[in-house]
Amino acid sequence: MEEVVIQADKLTKKFGDFTATDAITFQVRKGEIFGFLGANGAGKTTAMRMLCGLSVPTSGEAKVAGFDIYKETESIKKNIGYMSQKFSLYEDLTVVENIRFFGGIYGLNNEQIKNKTEELIERLGLTSVRKELVVDLPLGWKQKLSFSIAIIHQPKIVFLDEPTGGVDPLTRRQFWELIYEAAHNGITVFVTTHYMDEAEYCDRLSIMVDGKIKALDTPKNLKMQFEAESMDEVFYKLARQATRAE
Amino acid sequence: MKRLLVFIKKEFTHVLRDKKTLLILFGMPIVQVLIFGFVLSNEVKNTDLLVIDQAQDRASKEIISKVQASEYFDIASVTFDVQDVEASFKKGKSKAALILPKDFEKNLMTKHVAQVQILADASDPNHATTIENYLTAIIRDYTNSLNASMPYTIIPEVRMLYNPQLKGAPNFVPGVMALILMLVCVMMTAISIVREKEMGTMEVLLVSPFKPIMVIVSKVVPYFILSMLNIVSILLLSVYVLGVPIKGNVLLLFGESALFISTCLSLGIFISIKTQTQQVAMLISLMGMLLPTVLFSGFMFPIENMPFPLRMISNIVPAKWFYIIVKDIMIKGLGFAAVWKESLILMGITVFFLGISIKNFKIRLA
Repeated sequence: MEEVVIQADKLTKKFGDFTATDAITFQVRKGEIFGFLGANGAGKTTAMRMLCGLSVPTSGEAKVAGFDIYKETESIKKNIGYMSQKFSLYEDLTVVENIRFFGGIYGLNNEQIKNKTEELIERLGLTSVRKELVVDLPLGWKQKLSFSIAIIHQPKIVFLDEPTGGVDPLTRRQFWELIYEAAHNGITVFVTTHYMDEAEYCDRLSIMVDGKIKALDTPKNLKMQFEAESMDEVFYKLARQATRAE
Repeated sequence: MKRLLVFIKKEFTHVLRDKKTLLILFGMPIVQVLIFGFVLSNEVKNTDLLVIDQAQDRASKEIISKVQASEYFDIASVTFDVQDVEASFKKGKSKAALILPKDFEKNLMTKHVAQVQILADASDPNHATTIENYLTAIIRDYTNSLNASMPYTIIPEVRMLYNPQLKGAPNFVPGVMALILMLVCVMMTAISIVREKEMGTMEVLLVSPFKPIMVIVSKVVPYFILSMLNIVSILLLSVYVLGVPIKGNVLLLFGESALFISTCLSLGIFISIKTQTQQVAMLISLMGMLLPTVLFSGFMFPIENMPFPLRMISNIVPAKWFYIIVKDIMIKGLGFAAVWKESLILMGITVFFLGISIKNFKIRLA
């Protein structure tokens, strides 16, 4: 039995009468790439925020990296990385300054920060723009940098909230190579997306409709289960059931 | 601690890299100090006047009742001792004094010439000159009313206390200090915190092990330091360019400035917690903070002239208290004993806003 790093049990979040996530239950295993799919407004971001300690659940239980999301958010924060939907680097700082800043915030020492900075810049091919302001970089580079910074402290789990919004398929592909590399190094990846080609890259998928998890399996099994040719079709069959307006 | 330093360093980078912010921070104080050299002139009503009646005769009584009858003056008290003037001015009980010397009526009747003395608190020069003009006009009016075959003359001898040359500068330097600090601290802190929310970086910071309260602390430190630098530059300008000396204790002046900066920072934090976008934060800072500061600090428009409800409102404007403090220390040369009440009020406001900010500060976003 593989180690479970995220364990959610009937996790629910209500905003007034509106139930954003409705008793979702799932497990994520160590080192896997777990895709979290759903249409806009299906409750993906809310679920992710609860797991990161940004939002308090209305009811239900969950453990992230072995820590309780109600009581041990501080310990959770030390073990996770997070990349938000909005681009989350400082645009008026340079590439190097951003790396150093986040390295410092995550508690790396000067030696580690120095090594990491060089390593990251080299690996992402940013040597020529290391002293450039981030605002001047192309979107794809920004997102790769943003991801690399989210895992600068070698977290157990990294949460990616629609990380590839607005970039072309080629850049998306390169971005996913970084994700594979991180997973290969033992970092569990929890990623929300609504690109179906990306869904194919995941080890396992959950599909949310109207705040509930309607399907959860490997892409291959899901296609068999729904008698579909592609993930697109699976998603379409499920999303059609949605009653909630966007 | 190291994380805090990393963060503070980043904040300084933000400020130093943005030319517009730098211009507002350091260009504006200089421009303002120079522009406000030409202060607006004001009409003054109901000035508290101290009368020292050493004559105690019919003529002196008549002048006093004439003064009392005018809408420009309220007689704070009538005494005999000249020593009372200084004390009364320092406590702020009166803004001017009229001294009617012994044998006033006798001199007037026999020699047809008598003297009176007018003393005015000139730390607010416009106010002082206006007071002087009104008083001499009332006295002239009185001599005309005597209607004798040979004209009577009363010669007023005028003395401006604290600011004998009637320089406009002493009046507006404290005002500009209050204005600049309000702008820099409130608006800049509010905007810089809200910007993190707007950009999405706040989310990342909240997910990091960095303590949320530290985010606020590290936002506040750079602006505190920059504001203190601003105070230094305004004071240097006022001493060496405008020739306004600092009469009181410089350290006390800095201490009080630090207190007022804290008040402004707490307001900035409060605004940033209540708003979601930079535009809203800026609007609230401008309309909600800057405007009342200009209107109600007493720096441009005398609070004495305002109707009662507005005078009440002025009491909750922090800049009003800071303006009084700076005037007392810088121009009158008074010590802490004179400004402890105002300091206490500022402290109260700071604690109040910090308190509700901490209560409202959401560590979690939703």
